[in-house]
Amino acid sequence: MIQDTFKLFVGNKKALVGLTIFLIFLIIAIFAPIIAPYEIRQSSDEDGQFPMRAEPGGKHLLGTSHAGYDIFSRLIHGTRLTLMVGIITGTISTFVALTVGLLSGYLGGRADDFLSFINNIFLVIPSLPLIIVIASYITMRGIMPIILVLSLTGWAWGARVIRSQVMSMREREFVQVAEVLGESTLVIIFREILPNIISLVMVTFFTSTMAAVIGQATLEFIGLGNMAAVTWGTMLYWAQNNAALLYGAWWWFLPPGLFIGMLGASFALMNFAIDEISNPKIRKR
Amino acid sequence: MAETILEIDNLTSGYQVKQGRVEAVKEVSFKLGSGEFLGIAGESGCGKSTLAYSILKLLEDNGQIFSGSINYGGQNLATLSDKAMKKVRWSKISMVFQSAMNALNPVITIKEQLLDAMYAHRPGLKEKEAIARAKELLELVNITPDRLYDYPHQLSGGMKQRIMIAMAMILQPDIIIMDEPTTALDVVVQRNIIEKIGDLQEKFGFSIIFITHDLSLLVEISDRLAIMYAGRLVELGNAEEIYKNPAHPYTEGLMASFPPLVGEIKEVGGIPGKPPDFFKLPTGCKFEPRCPYAFARCKKENPEFKSYDSSGRLARCFLAGEER
Amino acid sequence: MKYFLRKTGWLLFAILIALLINFILPRLMPGDPAQIIVSRLDGVEPANLEAIRTAFGVDTDRNVILQFGDYLVNVAQGDLGISISHYPTPVWVVLRKALPWTIGLIGLSTIISFLIGTFIGIFVGWYRRSKISDAIISLFLFIRSFPYFWLGLILVYFFAFERPWFPLGGSRAVTVSWAQRWEFIKSVAYHGILPAFTITISSLGYWLLTIRNNMINVLAEDYITVARAKGLSTSRIRNMYAARNAILPSISGFAMALGFIVGGSLITEIVFSYPGVGFMLYQAIQQQDYPLLQAIFLFITLGVLIANFLSDIAIMALDPRVRDGDAR
Repeated sequence: MIQDTFKLFVGNKKALVGLTIFLIFLIIAIFAPIIAPYEIRQSSDEDGQFPMRAEPGGKHLLGTSHAGYDIFSRLIHGTRLTLMVGIITGTISTFVALTVGLLSGYLGGRADDFLSFINNIFLVIPSLPLIIVIASYITMRGIMPIILVLSLTGWAWGARVIRSQVMSMREREFVQVAEVLGESTLVIIFREILPNIISLVMVTFFTSTMAAVIGQATLEFIGLGNMAAVTWGTMLYWAQNNAALLYGAWWWFLPPGLFIGMLGASFALMNFAIDEISNPKIRKR
Repeated sequence: MAETILEIDNLTSGYQVKQGRVEAVKEVSFKLGSGEFLGIAGESGCGKSTLAYSILKLLEDNGQIFSGSINYGGQNLATLSDKAMKKVRWSKISMVFQSAMNALNPVITIKEQLLDAMYAHRPGLKEKEAIARAKELLELVNITPDRLYDYPHQLSGGMKQRIMIAMAMILQPDIIIMDEPTTALDVVVQRNIIEKIGDLQEKFGFSIIFITHDLSLLVEISDRLAIMYAGRLVELGNAEEIYKNPAHPYTEGLMASFPPLVGEIKEVGGIPGKPPDFFKLPTGCKFEPRCPYAFARCKKENPEFKSYDSSGRLARCFLAGEER
Repeated sequence: MKYFLRKTGWLLFAILIALLINFILPRLMPGDPAQIIVSRLDGVEPANLEAIRTAFGVDTDRNVILQFGDYLVNVAQGDLGISISHYPTPVWVVLRKALPWTIGLIGLSTIISFLIGTFIGIFVGWYRRSKISDAIISLFLFIRSFPYFWLGLILVYFFAFERPWFPLGGSRAVTVSWAQRWEFIKSVAYHGILPAFTITISSLGYWLLTIRNNMINVLAEDYITVARAKGLSTSRIRNMYAARNAILPSISGFAMALGFIVGGSLITEIVFSYPGVGFMLYQAIQQQDYPLLQAIFLFITLGVLIANFLSDIAIMALDPRVRDGDAR
């Protein structure tokens, strides 16, 4: 089942495009120090001081910032942290969602009541205001708080979807056969149910990661991230704070936003492809 | 024999999938008389439903009619435009679907669903008349007329199926196709509904094409029977005679598959093997792999569907009519 | 009826949870929350210190549960404390100015976005195999990948900075006032176009994709085949059989979507310096005005919860199965 899904996935055009884009970002993140021409706070080199707020051109592919830092280099370096926070958060969210969804969906009864209750609370309270309130109280500004806060609010949607899928799986014959044969609960969950919801787990992962990237960017944009670090989000913060629009410095906000969008598009493509593969009603001939 | 009202001539239809073309209905020909009850039987997946959908041109997406003709009222339905086909649908030929569970729109009342069929074909119809007719039909199927204002979820499975029958009759069509209308119901309800259908047919004189995999239902009430296998007709003829004397080994197997309620206790047979894979059909007779009487010729040649004696029976077997 | 009671119960309970979160958070910080806040202000009189304490229901002499009770009573009376950044103005007064702008902008944009998105989505779902449908879906998937506020930045750059077709920000020209009725309304509308457009375009994709997926699922149902067999007109099948059923999950998912949409829209206000709740939130964060921050959180949550509740009521009106107490 898993092998089939993978084969179909790689054969799907949309999935390939999405995967390629994602891999490019991954490479940028890993090889950032080699790709970027300058450091993130480098305001001069052997030829002298960098011009401030310079337009794209010459040495500076994407121009310079308010303080004279090379935008292109910051963009490249920032990819690492952005991706890291996004993927870690996405992984944690997916893991929690999977655990809650599996247990709640399969066990039913009191466990389900309890877990669903908590799930519903997190679903109903709007995430962004909650994130903002919690984040603003955390005086320590760093990566860990962001990851924690985003994970805390990001698992709810996935858990609900996984739960309903598991519940419908529970009624299927192969599960009931396993139960009759006396398989232990854990074995049933991991051997029978899990492989069949792999595509859903993948979708949850991509969606959570994307939500984390946007969430991180949003938090940083309003000043709640670690402003000393360089990520796509903090670049947007500085763009806004330094009145990019007043100077017409489009190169301050266009590149980081574009990167966010492309990363998001890559996840959306892969999600769409998985949907096509697993939902026979949409599948093309 | 009453006049022919529908003539299917060499119809081939099915689905276009990645692996190729599935001809779920292959070169099927038969005539349907006015007021006749024709039963079509066969295993699941043998093409019966595809045949039904083809007649009303309800095949969608990757389904289509590949060749052949469906002649009704002087027109070939297979080549008719969608606009013209809409006029034929329901008012001339209607259908009772397999599972009434989901066949009714859950968010509108029964009244709306019965009436919109009428309005679609009789534009000048007044609401009072339409409601009166709808109630009339509900009574015919033993449902309290007030139920008209209910929503589908408020009705039982049996009631929903009866409403589907009432709905199929509402424009007094010439032909009603019934695609496994009782499969989802319990046996007692099944019996009631089948009897009801028989009564209504007698009263109103429409033709019925009744599709099922359960031959036991058909044998008593059908005038003629058609047996399908792997998309092809393998036997066609008078129902009672087929029951007493099946010509095709598959029919014989089907007859032996259900125990009669009365009569001597027989051992219930079955048909060994699996249903055919439409992508890997054998070159000769399609039933050969499972046939207890198969011999050398059966593997090489596919028998023609033809009559072998004067009784009007048609069968697709080299041994039709002979002692086996 | 049971459905209605159940949903009402949820609403009240969720509000309580929101209040609880508001109450607990400052206490999770080490130290006396009021002191911490006060340390950021110079020359606060002891009496005002008390007022700040009231804002959090912090009265270290009393039992925590009783403190919570006090807090609830205060909130019910509209006493949300004193704003730090606008000291000594009460939070409620500060908030009151921003609310209408936000409700107007986001409310209107969301409604428009829902209507357009659903309308287009119905057709995209109906003609699901056409190339145009694919193109539309790709377009909106792409748009959805960008943060709302960034789209706002781009739009402002191209249509307010590069070509001064629209104002750079604000809700209206500073020179007009409510007294000049018509001028005022025109100015508000003019200033609202770009922000409203941003929010509408950003959230449209969600409605469109949701209803498209619903349409595809509904179109596979038996009753659609029956409708076609009945020879009904295309528009009747599409509207009364398909769309009418497809829209139900859209509405029940309204609340979850709304939380996300409201969040994004608020941040967009920042880009346009639109004097609504979002912009106020931004300033409150920068100035660490906790009372204001908490009040904003409360209001946003309340707004979303009520919208959620209303959509649950709408479902009751639209789905006869729910009306009769079917478990949904």
